[in-house]
Amino acid sequence: MHTEGKVFKYYDNVDTDVIIPARYLNTSNAKELAEHCMEDIDSDFVKSVNKGDIIVAGHNFGCGSSREHAPIAIMACGVGCVIAKSFARIFYRNAINIGLPILECSDAADEICAGHSVNVNFDTGLITDLTTGKTYSAPPFPKFIQNIISSGGLLAAIKNEGDKKDE
Amino acid sequence: MPMTMTQKILAAHAGLDSVVSGQLIEAKLDIVLGNDITAPVAIKEFEKACFDNVFDRDRIAIVLDHFVPNKDIKAAEQSKICRNFANSHCISHFYDVGKMGIEHALLPEQGIVTAGDCIIGADSHTCTYGAVGAFSTGVGSTDMAAGMATGKAWFKVPSAIKVELTGKLKKNTGGKDVILTLIGKIGVDGALYKSLEFCGDGVASLSMDDRLCICNMAIEAGAKNGIFPVDDVTLAYLDNRAERSPVIYSADNDAEYEKTVRINLSEVVPTVSCPHLPENTRPAKELSHVKIDQVVIGSCTNGRMEDMTAAYNILKEKKIKDGVRCIIIPATMQIMRECVEKGYVTAFIDAGAVVSTPTCGPCLGGYMGILASGEKCIATTNRNFVGRMGHPSSEVYLASPQTAAASALTGYITEYTE
Repeated sequence: MHTEGKVFKYYDNVDTDVIIPARYLNTSNAKELAEHCMEDIDSDFVKSVNKGDIIVAGHNFGCGSSREHAPIAIMACGVGCVIAKSFARIFYRNAINIGLPILECSDAADEICAGHSVNVNFDTGLITDLTTGKTYSAPPFPKFIQNIISSGGLLAAIKNEGDKKDE
Repeated sequence: MPMTMTQKILAAHAGLDSVVSGQLIEAKLDIVLGNDITAPVAIKEFEKACFDNVFDRDRIAIVLDHFVPNKDIKAAEQSKICRNFANSHCISHFYDVGKMGIEHALLPEQGIVTAGDCIIGADSHTCTYGAVGAFSTGVGSTDMAAGMATGKAWFKVPSAIKVELTGKLKKNTGGKDVILTLIGKIGVDGALYKSLEFCGDGVASLSMDDRLCICNMAIEAGAKNGIFPVDDVTLAYLDNRAERSPVIYSADNDAEYEKTVRINLSEVVPTVSCPHLPENTRPAKELSHVKIDQVVIGSCTNGRMEDMTAAYNILKEKKIKDGVRCIIIPATMQIMRECVEKGYVTAFIDAGAVVSTPTCGPCLGGYMGILASGEKCIATTNRNFVGRMGHPSSEVYLASPQTAAASALTGYITEYTE
């Protein structure tokens, strides 16, 4: 599995209130949420994001509220992966649970610039900045989490586990 | 292996003799919580995955609190999804308008959470219940769905930061000043993935409302949970309230901590977090030049009875400054009723404030006090991110009820002095 696209770059502590402002949380419809993703800090984001594009950010990405609407909105925009120096823990869980690929990689987060073309291979954790030719390696997920991702999310993994026990 | 208090609760709920930080475990849950924003997403996932039943109808709490009484048609539809689910699964702890309160004030008040519990909630401020000696943490909607179906959740066992409290708070400072001081010291990701374990001889002097406020904002330092030891104050609070017997866990004397942060409570001053991060703390008295348009006193952080009393003592027989809107929101119907009985509501109205039924409304910029461009608000809420309470160019300053009420009288950020 991989994604390839252009980079949108943000700072440290991008919070869930700017990823999807609470004034839009009166719906849980992914498409409606996507229309307002990042609008309070980057009004051009929704207009210019394409399928497979990549968000690169600093420390503590997704801090604040537990709203799963945040990774849902990012995914529904077509974003293929979020690379950050670190993720807030609830956002980390939510992204994994719904199948939004995220990678922690400080060097990549420091060096990759906005607008660069980047390829990410999720199987190997290899991040390639196609604009500069430089490669970065993100640590792989623990097996337990890989299982959630490969099952297609937490609930599917639980269902799979239940089916195995029934057999 | 010596364990922290959090690790002991997690080990017990995972059926293990001991756990170490970094270990992935599956733990049994005592309570699974959701609200009118997060539960609809969880319900959708629960139904999409074709789960037939919830694991235990008495161990799930669904509280309509963010946008109720409903602010618009879409919000009403979200509440309806929760209501229908609660009815069809006979959820015993379902709280609709008239019974509801802000979830993190309501669950402890109603005795739904108790010492030794392992709790998840699809709301980041679920960490509040660490105040009663529980392991309690915020998760997302899919985790809530899985928790409702299986009664279990996966966790990575956290390491911990020890927060040693000594001394005694001075008059006119409270739990809010303590937690803002701590976040100012360690930063918004200072406790990322970790537990904040409070201890020390200063704990005994803190009321339960102070502890609930302190644990409530553990997430604002990135923490997985905040937790207080169980003492006489805790047991007195839980007595005749908790629906299950408290189970007392305590950290081993030789438990390992990544670091120790010391706070002398007697040195804590009225503190304010400036825009746009809770870590941007300053003493209130250094901000007397900041002119405010609005004051909000309430929320899961500071909408409890002691907060209402603090506001009453400052606002009674006084007038809110012309040009300042002051919104006071008792966090539960029981607190609201007590405010009516004690004459607080009359005093608030006479002072020129508005008093609302319980809602999270303004705290997250939902409704009931949205800010226009460039406006400034001092609020007893928990976040001051860009656009949190309204327009992206508006500003939120976080403070205690004392500082917020005193500021309402002057129109500027004001440290309360008698």
